[in-house]
Amino acid sequence: MAKVELKINGKQHSFDVEDRTLLVNLIRDHAQLTGTHVGCDTSQCGACTIHMNGVAVKSCTVLAGQANGADITTIEGMAKGDKLHPVQQAFTECHALQCGFCTPGMIMAVSGFLKDNPKPTDEEIYRGLEGNLCRCTGYINIVKAVKQAAKAMSK
Amino acid sequence: MHSFSYVKATSVKQAVDLLAANAEAKLLSGGMTLIPTMKARLAQPSHLIDIAGIAELSGIEVKDGKLTIGAATKHVEVSRSAVVKKAIPALAYLAGHIGDPQVRNRGTIGGSLANNDPAADYPSAALSLGATIVTNKREIAADDYFQGMFATALDAGEMIVKIVFPVPAKAAYEKFPHPASGYAMAGAFVSQHGKTVRVAITGAGPGVFRWTEAEAALGKKLAAASVESLNVDASNLNEDMHGTKEYRANLAKVMTKRAVAKLGK
Ligand SMILES: Cc1cc2nc3c(=O)[nH]c(=O)nc-3n(C[C@H](O)[C@H](O)[C@H](O)COP(=O)(O)OP(=O)(O)OC[C@H]3O[C@@H](n4cnc5c(N)ncnc54)[C@H](O)[C@@H]3O)c2cc1C
Repeated sequence: MAKVELKINGKQHSFDVEDRTLLVNLIRDHAQLTGTHVGCDTSQCGACTIHMNGVAVKSCTVLAGQANGADITTIEGMAKGDKLHPVQQAFTECHALQCGFCTPGMIMAVSGFLKDNPKPTDEEIYRGLEGNLCRCTGYINIVKAVKQAAKAMSK
Repeated sequence: MHSFSYVKATSVKQAVDLLAANAEAKLLSGGMTLIPTMKARLAQPSHLIDIAGIAELSGIEVKDGKLTIGAATKHVEVSRSAVVKKAIPALAYLAGHIGDPQVRNRGTIGGSLANNDPAADYPSAALSLGATIVTNKREIAADDYFQGMFATALDAGEMIVKIVFPVPAKAAYEKFPHPASGYAMAGAFVSQHGKTVRVAITGAGPGVFRWTEAEAALGKKLAAASVESLNVDASNLNEDMHGTKEYRANLAKVMTKRAVAKLGK
């Protein structure tokens, strides 16, 4: 067993978990934040993407112990009260989701790469989304949403 | 995943001592290969020794014509480093084309070279550039280091500390990524050092290898046309549902030509 202390969405937590606990399980089962999804559980689909110290990572491939002391943001931490994060707002307006399963991971990945590249070209958006799969294949509206979010955030 | 003990190491010595004391222990760097392998139950270490935070394993610097990168340096750091971009831009390009952004935010150069996946990108750069793999015990030349599929010259309990790349006159990398994983179906790293040209091919065979016929031809005339009449020997290449040996041989040649064409730019 290990003691893992970390901040999630601004709130300090301390959990006693088995050493083999994955960060995504800590987030879902211990912190009870179920917006972060487990899709493939093999590091491919990106549904479990969260921010660890401000950087997008796949939480199914990080041990809880590796996140000890980290500052974590999940999809639940993106909106400020009733005000959606610009990426969430753009996904809503552009209808960038069908079943919605991949959406939390998509939003975390997009908000991650927009920090590094606030004005991505289409090609850069495709490359930025390489780690996220949409099984409904609704990519066209996702790309539209990324562009709209980038515009909104640069204002 | 089977259970194991997780330990965060703070120095190379501590990590190596822990490895020596626990025969079934493994080092954990970015975890982008090891954690999926453990989930698939293809590895069941007793201990994971986390080396990601060890200061001695970080850092990127150029000195006396050599670029040194610490083993725990992440792909994203190499891809964005102004130092790497200036010294060996092809290496920054390669790092920026590994997997996807989330993988690059965690995965490390030391983990990639220790794992030596036959379709990984970094082994081609290390072999083409004639890098030196520096471990806690010794220095290993890239020509001796890579020993086929997932096999390296590392002994049990040995740890990569840093990688030293001679800065070439010119270098370029081109890969044909697998459309799902991003791993190389075939990738070619071409570098020129004085009159010598070295061509390393990854993805196509059971391990990274040098295409010596192309090296000789390119040493005479450094132009894509020089390899036109040559063919990679297909007999030992990989064959699977994604492509035949002959297809991979052709891809390796096309990637070599593209890399050579990029050298001039
Ligand atoms: C979805 C996905 C796509 C990917 N696509 C690509 C790709 O396109 N190209 C590519 O090249 N790679 C790809 N990878 C692999 C990725 O680059 C890994 O980061 C890399 O192979 C391993 O590095 P790591 O730091 O994550 O190592 P880990 O997973 O932590 O370790 C891997 C192995 O190396 C050992 N090890 C780690 N560090 C050291 C050290 N310093 N000394 C000795 N042994 C050590 C470990 O014990 C373990 O056996 C992909 C991975 C994923 C999940």
